[in-house]
Amino acid sequence: MPSEPLFWQRFDICGRDFVGAGKASITIKGILREIGVSSSLIRRAAIASYEAEMNVVLYATKGTMELKVTPKDIRVMVEDEGPGIPDIELAMREGYSTASDEIREMGFGAGMGLSNIKKNADDFIIRSLVGKGTTLEITFRL
Amino acid sequence: MREYFHSVRVVPERCIGRMACLKVCPTEAIRVRHGKAEILEDRCIDCGECARACRHSAIIPQTSSFTEFSEFKYTVGLVSPVLYGQFRKDVLPSTILAGVRKIGFDDACDVACASEAVSAAIDEYLARYRGPLPLLSPFCPTIVRLIQARYPSLIDLLIPIDSPMEIAARDVRNKKMKELGLKWNEIGVIYLTPCPAKMVAIKYPHRKRTSHIDGAIAISDIYRPLLSAVSEMINNAPETEESVKGLGLGWPVLGGQVSALRAESSLAVGGLGDVERILEEIERGKLGDIQFVECHACAQGCCGGSLTVGDPYVTRGTILSLVARLGKVPCQDREKIRELFQKRYFSLPGKISSRPFAPLDKDIGKAIEKRKQIQETHEALPQINCGACGAPTCLSFAEDVVLERAPIEDCVVLTARQARTAANAPPGLATIGRC
Repeated sequence: MPSEPLFWQRFDICGRDFVGAGKASITIKGILREIGVSSSLIRRAAIASYEAEMNVVLYATKGTMELKVTPKDIRVMVEDEGPGIPDIELAMREGYSTASDEIREMGFGAGMGLSNIKKNADDFIIRSLVGKGTTLEITFRL
Repeated sequence: MREYFHSVRVVPERCIGRMACLKVCPTEAIRVRHGKAEILEDRCIDCGECARACRHSAIIPQTSSFTEFSEFKYTVGLVSPVLYGQFRKDVLPSTILAGVRKIGFDDACDVACASEAVSAAIDEYLARYRGPLPLLSPFCPTIVRLIQARYPSLIDLLIPIDSPMEIAARDVRNKKMKELGLKWNEIGVIYLTPCPAKMVAIKYPHRKRTSHIDGAIAISDIYRPLLSAVSEMINNAPETEESVKGLGLGWPVLGGQVSALRAESSLAVGGLGDVERILEEIERGKLGDIQFVECHACAQGCCGGSLTVGDPYVTRGTILSLVARLGKVPCQDREKIRELFQKRYFSLPGKISSRPFAPLDKDIGKAIEKRKQIQETHEALPQINCGACGAPTCLSFAEDVVLERAPIEDCVVLTARQARTAANAPPGLATIGRC
């Protein structure tokens, strides 16, 4: 049986790199557009992957973001090396944030990131180890 | 599918393949094949950057010439306030309008006053609007095309109010029909345009309707005769009292739309790169605290249109000085505008539709396969974006290869590498990259 079509690409994300921030999710958006995904789904995927990318930039040392597209679903997987999240349930709450004043001054850290990802995704899995890092698996069904 | 009308066209006889246009195109719509530039029609958003970059006049705007309008019994030159900024700042708009009459138009009509009316109509719209923010100005045709193609989810944020040039054209035509007893099609209303994109807006409006304007002539095409006419008038006649007034005069400069509004929180962005960055932000749901965003494809607003003659910064200075002198006196009655707004005088029926660039394949599975092949081809390419193949970037070249628009041998770096390997290795072992 022929294997199902699969597009795969990985992006490296650097922590604190505010110049390059957002580039991976813009690239993802462009790829989904070329593949012909509907504009409403592109928008959801773009918002979720941007929030995930910014979480790595704002809080972690470094990380990777992987995009996998099949005719059935779009999957965005993010893995970072960073402080991790001690209480995921609390972090998922709208408005809860551990952002420093410096981050808030730049207009980030409003505590909407994770809840925004969840709101836009069809499936969202988050795992974290304090002192090690966090992984996200975000799925959108086509 | 209907073929799109575009603002610019390549003249193959003049193109010598120097590729200045190749890298400036924001949508990577240009390819140079067999030494001649070609425009991928469905990718072009009519910004005119390629025409501006070409030193050999091989990419020309699709505007009209004066002779095309000889069948009209009566012609009106519709004057964008950009034109006022092309002269010394002591030359008054009324003198320039008189100059337009002198060079062959039966009458000249100022658009600045309609711009003030449209600003007031936007104020009315904003005051009643309760949906998501920010709203976007719909007056730069290139930006509207960009949104249709790349940001379809933002289409509903475009304010459904007609452009000042259309409002002015409709008004002046109705007035002339009444005054002169002429029929609709006996009057030619011709826009003196600062950019080629406006021509597309006239020929193919974004919505299903016909334009009130019959054609557009480039400001750069009429400037010489107009300059002589204006200079002659300044020397011979005393200054008349100025008739063109109001904040609409400032519309062509970046921020001009914003400063004519009463909205408290607004933003003006110029230049396609910066506009895209802001649109990305808006698409992510940010900037919701801003009411109105003025967007221009040109960094300096319409002052920087590619069919103008003056330096955009000088033009800006001239326009701002006109606004300082003549902007304070309104040319419109707010109450009357409110009444007209309620009668939907400024609005248009219908919706702007999305017009995305075509995907790699209609079948999503095949599109995924093709995107994968593009990725693999791209990885094998040198990724220096030299452009020698005739595509602007290695990624766009990879796409051309996969879509069979170009052979991989067009990559001079790979081909040279292959030749070197072939010279040093037994025949049959040479490969091109990892493909």
